[in-house]
Amino acid sequence: MTMTTKKDGQLVLVVEDYRDAREMYAEYLRFSGFRVEEASNGVEALEKASELLPDIILMDLALPRMDGWEATRRLKQDKRTRRIPIVALTGHALAGHAEGARQAGCDSFVTKPCLPDALVAEVRRMLESSKGVKRGSSKASRT
Amino acid sequence: MLVASRMTPPRLTPRVSSDAKLALVEFVLGSLDIEASADQALDWLATYAGVRQALCMAVDASGRHLLSVGERGVELAASWGFSIELADQDQPLVRMLNSRVPGHFSGGAVPAWSPLGPSPFHVIPLRAPQSDMHGPADGLLLVAGVARLSADVLWAADVLGRQLFRLRSRHSLSETRFGRERVLLYSIINAVSDPILLTDIEGKLIIANSRAEKLFYSPDDASEGRRQAVSFNNMLFSAALSSGAMEPDEPARRELLLVDPIEGSDLLFEHISSAVRDLREGTSVVSILRNVTDLGRATAEFEDSQRRLRVVETEVREERHRLELIIDSVADPILVTDPNGDIVLMNAPSEKIFAFHWGAADQVQRRVRANGAHFTSFISNLLFSGAQERWLGEINLTNPETGAPLPVEAVAGKILSEKGELTWVVTILHDRTEAMEKGRLYEELKHASEELEMKIHAATADIAQQNELLRRQALELEQASTLKSQFLANMSHEFRTPLNAILGYTHMLLQGVQGGIRPEQRTSLTRVDSNARHLLALINDILDITRIEAGRMPLHVTTFRLPDLVREVMSELEAIISRSKLQVVSDISPRTPLISSDRQKLKQIVLNLLSNALKFTPSGWVRITARHDAPSKTVVITVADTGVGIAPGDQEKVFEDFRQLDTSTTRPFSGTGLGLAICRRLAGMLGGRISLRSTVGDGSQFTLTLPLRLRRK
Repeated sequence: MTMTTKKDGQLVLVVEDYRDAREMYAEYLRFSGFRVEEASNGVEALEKASELLPDIILMDLALPRMDGWEATRRLKQDKRTRRIPIVALTGHALAGHAEGARQAGCDSFVTKPCLPDALVAEVRRMLESSKGVKRGSSKASRT
Repeated sequence: MLVASRMTPPRLTPRVSSDAKLALVEFVLGSLDIEASADQALDWLATYAGVRQALCMAVDASGRHLLSVGERGVELAASWGFSIELADQDQPLVRMLNSRVPGHFSGGAVPAWSPLGPSPFHVIPLRAPQSDMHGPADGLLLVAGVARLSADVLWAADVLGRQLFRLRSRHSLSETRFGRERVLLYSIINAVSDPILLTDIEGKLIIANSRAEKLFYSPDDASEGRRQAVSFNNMLFSAALSSGAMEPDEPARRELLLVDPIEGSDLLFEHISSAVRDLREGTSVVSILRNVTDLGRATAEFEDSQRRLRVVETEVREERHRLELIIDSVADPILVTDPNGDIVLMNAPSEKIFAFHWGAADQVQRRVRANGAHFTSFISNLLFSGAQERWLGEINLTNPETGAPLPVEAVAGKILSEKGELTWVVTILHDRTEAMEKGRLYEELKHASEELEMKIHAATADIAQQNELLRRQALELEQASTLKSQFLANMSHEFRTPLNAILGYTHMLLQGVQGGIRPEQRTSLTRVDSNARHLLALINDILDITRIEAGRMPLHVTTFRLPDLVREVMSELEAIISRSKLQVVSDISPRTPLISSDRQKLKQIVLNLLSNALKFTPSGWVRITARHDAPSKTVVITVADTGVGIAPGDQEKVFEDFRQLDTSTTRPFSGTGLGLAICRRLAGMLGGRISLRSTVGDGSQFTLTLPLRLRRK
């Protein structure tokens, strides 16, 4: 596990309406060296993403006010935010959900329940792979 | 005119009408003036015989001179006072007085003093037939301008001769009267157009007029056929006369068929004969023949047509008889009515309805009259219907004998004459009793059938209602079942959100994210983690089953290689395999064909079967094999082990929900008891099946049979 300083840490936006899960992931991400911002619904996620331009977004799909699919679609249509990789968090391990997440523009997804260290591993993997294509295709690589 | 065979009068040809001749004869007989008579005769000759120049001369009363008494076309100077001395025997005209035949002067023979000038002329001696045959003639007729003397000229000369003789011998009154009447008589009977004969009683001819002469007299130069015809006629006439008794005052009438001697055709005469008694001459017979040939022909034709009429009448009578037989033999009543509506003909069946015998019971008579009234009413409808030629109607009659109702259908047709006038109306009645009975039975049957149909309909409606109820209940049950599955699926998902937090925080604590922990705390946290994972597995399995049953487990068919899939499963189980110390063998032919199915679900089955085998095999080996069965187009995957085995009675139970024979929880993957139940459901979704062969203590063998290509339903 690579430890980095908070100052140097990359910014992760965690979008999750269930507070316990959101704070759990946030705590473990900070513990793992990332800077973390939180949003509890799709509208808030759009506002913070536009304002802070995080390095990566963890997006729960079932959200109040605006769901994760719609939020992802809007982020991927916005020039400023389209390059931010988005990892979908889905409670339904169904192909249909995965397909829906991909069509909405998610770059990868993990199925809940997901242990914090597995989530961090996926975040690191996505950041690593997006680093290689930053100057190339706007599309992030996929699993 | 023929006066017996002993007389030879000039033969007359019928060139001049008998009326003209009769007129001359009448005039002459009525006149005592010789000059007037001569003048009349010369007029006649000029008119009828074409004689333009003629001179009539007569011996005077003294008997010494021949004097001119009349002339035509002759110079008066030449003839006036012209006389010839009879003493001059050398005078050519004087000599002609003694001649029996006419003479002709021409050329040098014409005397220089001829009153007719230098033209040639004929000289005809004028004498009465009954006068002295050898004495001199009473006068002469000189005719010029004609080549030949015609019969009419000779006839006129004859008439003049008789007149000269009569006037010269006037000294005997009786003689004169007789002669006059006789000439008149001859003329009269000659003028009659019917043949008239006077014969003796044996038919021997005494006098005949010219008409009769043609039938009964043939000239010497006549043809053979004519002579035969004449003799035949004489024979027939004699036979006719002798056939009937002769009564003096009673004329006999009979038909006499003779032959026309010239034409040869049959002539039919009515022969009227009466006897004439004369004291001196004895009895003679006057016969008048009236030509009735045309009448006879007409009569014959009339009789012929009468006969034909009788034949036709007979035929008509027979025809009518036949027709009546036919009409009578028709079972339906037939009636013929005239334009007034009166019945003129009816057949036997009609009579039973519309007629009664004398002395029939009162009620029978009443019914017959009622029937008649109904019928008349029907017919008058037809008669007032105008141009319509057919009329169809129903009449409610009564059987006169029994009084039973007799409904009939009546069809009436008008029979029109050639001019389009109504002549008859023919009506045929058809008994509708049977038809109405049939109709009534049909109605009853129909009614019964309708009742039955209604009952069936009601019963069917009940059944349909119940079916609908059942269907609704089934739908409700299905919906309830789906809702239950839906509820379970949602609940399982909801379970996982708090479980996620439990597992996550336990994991973070165990990792020391919030600081170090003591060994006892670590043991406790490990148990929390283990139970939370078991709960998660249970929830996942329940989620799978409910999703399958709720129809929310979609199929994703792809084409993939089976060896790759088995290799993946083996690698996922690598940790367990290495811990187990079992011999795990994979025997998959690389030539196994590509499979079209849902890869993820197949992988889940294989993973489950293999992990089960590892779980329940303490020692020995676990082997997974696959083979392709070409005929059935299936692939057969077998997972065999040398484990504990399953008793026959339990072999079916292992596929039931929440069944686990070994309830030990000491193993790292104790299982949920839902694995095989899920496997069997998933195999069904993939069109395959799972079977089990096992012996207790001797291991188990699970066989999955799958179609090579999954067909979507």
